Amino acid sequence: MDTNTLDGGFADPVMQSQTAFRAVMDGLANPGTVQDLALGLVPPSSLSPELAAIALTLCDHDTTLWLDRDLATDAVLGWLRFHTSAPITSERAQAQFALTRDPTMTLADFDQGTDLYPDRSTTVALAIQSVSGGQALSLTGPGIDGSITIAPHGLPADFLTQWAENGAQFPRGVDLLLVADGQLIGLPRTTRIKKA
Amino acid sequence: MTALPVPDTDPRRLALNALAAADANALTAAWSNWSDKPDFKPVRGPETGLVMVRGRAGGGGAPFNLGEASVSRATVRLESGEIGHGYCLGRDLDKARLIAVFDALFQRDPATVETWILAPLRAGATAADTKRKQETAATKVNFFTMVRGDN
Amino acid sequence: MYVAVKGGEAAIANAHALLADRRRGDRAVPALRTEQIIEQLGLAVDRCMAEGSLYDRELAALAILQSRGDLIEAIFLVRAYRTTLPRFGYSRPIDTADMLIERRVSATFKDLPGGQLLGPTFDYTHRLLDPAIAEGNDIAEPVTAEADPARAPRVTDMLGHQGLMEPDLGFDPVEQDEVGDLTREPLQYPLDRDLRLQALARGDEGFLLALGYSTQRGYARNHPLVGEIRIGEVEVELDIPELGFPVSLGRVRVTECQMVNQFKGSAKVPPQFTRGYGLVFGQSERKAMSMSLCDRALRAREFGEDISAPAQDEEFVISHLDNVQSTGFVEHLKLPHYVDFQAELDLIRTMRAKFEATQEAAE
Repeated sequence: MDTNTLDGGFADPVMQSQTAFRAVMDGLANPGTVQDLALGLVPPSSLSPELAAIALTLCDHDTTLWLDRDLATDAVLGWLRFHTSAPITSERAQAQFALTRDPTMTLADFDQGTDLYPDRSTTVALAIQSVSGGQALSLTGPGIDGSITIAPHGLPADFLTQWAENGAQFPRGVDLLLVADGQLIGLPRTTRIKKA
Repeated sequence: MTALPVPDTDPRRLALNALAAADANALTAAWSNWSDKPDFKPVRGPETGLVMVRGRAGGGGAPFNLGEASVSRATVRLESGEIGHGYCLGRDLDKARLIAVFDALFQRDPATVETWILAPLRAGATAADTKRKQETAATKVNFFTMVRGDN
Repeated sequence: MYVAVKGGEAAIANAHALLADRRRGDRAVPALRTEQIIEQLGLAVDRCMAEGSLYDRELAALAILQSRGDLIEAIFLVRAYRTTLPRFGYSRPIDTADMLIERRVSATFKDLPGGQLLGPTFDYTHRLLDPAIAEGNDIAEPVTAEADPARAPRVTDMLGHQGLMEPDLGFDPVEQDEVGDLTREPLQYPLDRDLRLQALARGDEGFLLALGYSTQRGYARNHPLVGEIRIGEVEVELDIPELGFPVSLGRVRVTECQMVNQFKGSAKVPPQFTRGYGLVFGQSERKAMSMSLCDRALRAREFGEDISAPAQDEEFVISHLDNVQSTGFVEHLKLPHYVDFQAELDLIRTMRAKFEATQEAAE
C-alpha cells in the first residue's frame, strides 16, 4: 500500500469530529438549513472533503460503508480504511453509511431498515454541485416551522419521485445528507418535498 | 474479513513485536539515547481503543470472544518521508508514538535500529522470560513411588 | 407511571463528598496507590479485568480503589469505561499451547511432557493466618531451577490423538463464518457455544462457582476431572491492514481449564471423553474451572442429554450470570417507587375492604 496517501485526516480528531457531528445532527434536526462542514480535510482526489468529514465522523470498525464505483479508488479505500477502520461493502443494501456523487443513484437500492428496526437503514451522503442555484424546493415536516425553501444543484433528475417513495414507506426509508463546498443540508426521511 | 498472511520472518514485523513487548521506560530511554533525533509529525493518533481478544473453544476449536484489551496506536511520518505505525497493549500514548517512530526509523536505517534498539530489547525480554521460566521450573513436581512391601 | 420528582441535589452532593472522605479513611494512614493494588492485590485486579471484560491492570486497580474494594462496583466502573473507547478490531485467537507457563497441573496424568508445575498457588498452604505478612517483612527471592526447553502440549491434544477425546471442533463441526459478539448484538436464545463462552468468561465467579458445584452434587452430573489447568502469558496478535500483516500487541495473562468428562456415547458417537472449556483473563483457576463445568453442562443439547438441572438451562444460566446486569436490576429496587407503591397500597386497601365486607356478611 502506498503509505503517502494516508495524510489529510482530521488534524484535531476529537474537536473536528464533534464539529462535524454537530453539523450532521443540526442538519437532520432542522431539515433544509445549511450547515457549515468546512473542516480542512484533504482526502485523496476523488473523495470530496465533505464526504470525507462525514465518513471520519460517523464510521468506525462497527459500521459498514459503501462507495459508488467512481469514488472507490484504491487510494480512497485505503485512506478510509486507515482513518475509519470501517468495513467497506460492495452491496448497497448491506451499507449503514453510503458515500456517493452519482446523480443517477437510486435511494431504494440501499438498506431501507425494517419496521422493527427502522434505524438500521442506510444514511446516504450525496455530494452535489452546490447547495444553491438549482430548482427551488419547498420542504415541510418535523423540525420545520411551516416550510423552508432550498435549491440544491445536482440532484438526481427523478429526485422528487424517489423522495416521495422513500417517505411513503415510513418508518422505513433512508436519510439523506447533501454536501457541497463545505456545506451540508440534512433531509431525514420524514421531510416532505415538493417544487416551490 | 479474511486474515492477513503471516510473514514469520519479516524483519519489520519482528521489530514491531519486540517494540510492543518492551517496557515503556526502556523505549523512552532508548529514544533519549538516540543521537540524531528526526522530526516527525502525526498522521493518526496517538489514540487509545479496544481490541476484542479471541480464544478458541477447547484451546484449538472454533474461535470465541474472550474479552477486550485496551490498545494504543499511533502513525507518524518522519521528515524524510517514512511512515511508521505503532500498536501496543495499554493506554500509554507515548509508548505507541515511540514504537511508530522506531518503526519509521527501522525502514530508513534497519541496521542501526537493530543494533541500538531491538537487540538490547530482545536480550532483556529473553532474560526476563528465562528468569520466569526458571522460577516456575523450581515448582515442578518430581514424583517418586514409595517402596511397597511384597507381602 | 412515571412522575418527575426534583430535589435532593444538595443531599447527593454531600453524600458523594462523604463517600470520598470515607474512601480515604484516616488521613494518618498513607493513601493507597494503584501500583500497590496491582502488585499486592493482583488477584482482585485479575477478577476485575475478567468480569469487567477489559484487560487493563491500571484501570482495574483504579476501579478497585474508587469502589473501596467493592469488586462488583469496580467491575461496573470498568464496564462503563470500556463503552467510551472505539473498537480497533478483533485479535487473532490466542494460542494457549504457546504459553509462557507460570502454572500447569493435570489431575488425569501424573507424568506429562513438560511436567506438573505448581507455580504461585494457594494449594497445599495450611490456611493459617500469618501475622508476619502484616509486618511487611522482607520476602526472599524465589528459588530457580533449570527450565525444560520442551513445549508443554495441551493434555487434551495428547488424548485426542488416540481417538478417546472429543476433538477440538466437537463431534459435528459446523463451518462458522462469524464469531458472535454479545457486546454488539443482543442475545437470542438458543445460543451457539461461542456466545456462551463469551458470556461465561465475563460472568460472575460466585454464580458460576455455585452452578459448577451443583453439577458435582448431582444436578447434571457428568463426572468431571481436570485434564489440565494452565496459567501464563500469551501473545495477542492483531491484523494491521495498513501493514498487511499481523503484529503482536504484547502479552496477556490467562487461565485455561480443560475439564474432561465421561461420556457413555450415543447411537452415532462411541464412548469417549467429552470436554468443558474455561478461559479467563488473569490468574483465576476457580473461575476457569467453574466456567468449564458450566460449559460442559450447557452442551447437554449437543450431546442429546436430558436437560433437568439449572446448570444445563442455557437461558437461566446466561441470563443471570452477569453481575453488572444483576446488580442493576436488584439495586434499582431501592430507588424511589413512591407512585408504584401508592398504587399497590390503594389496591391492598380495596381488597382488604372487600375481604372484611365478606367476613361481616358471613357472620
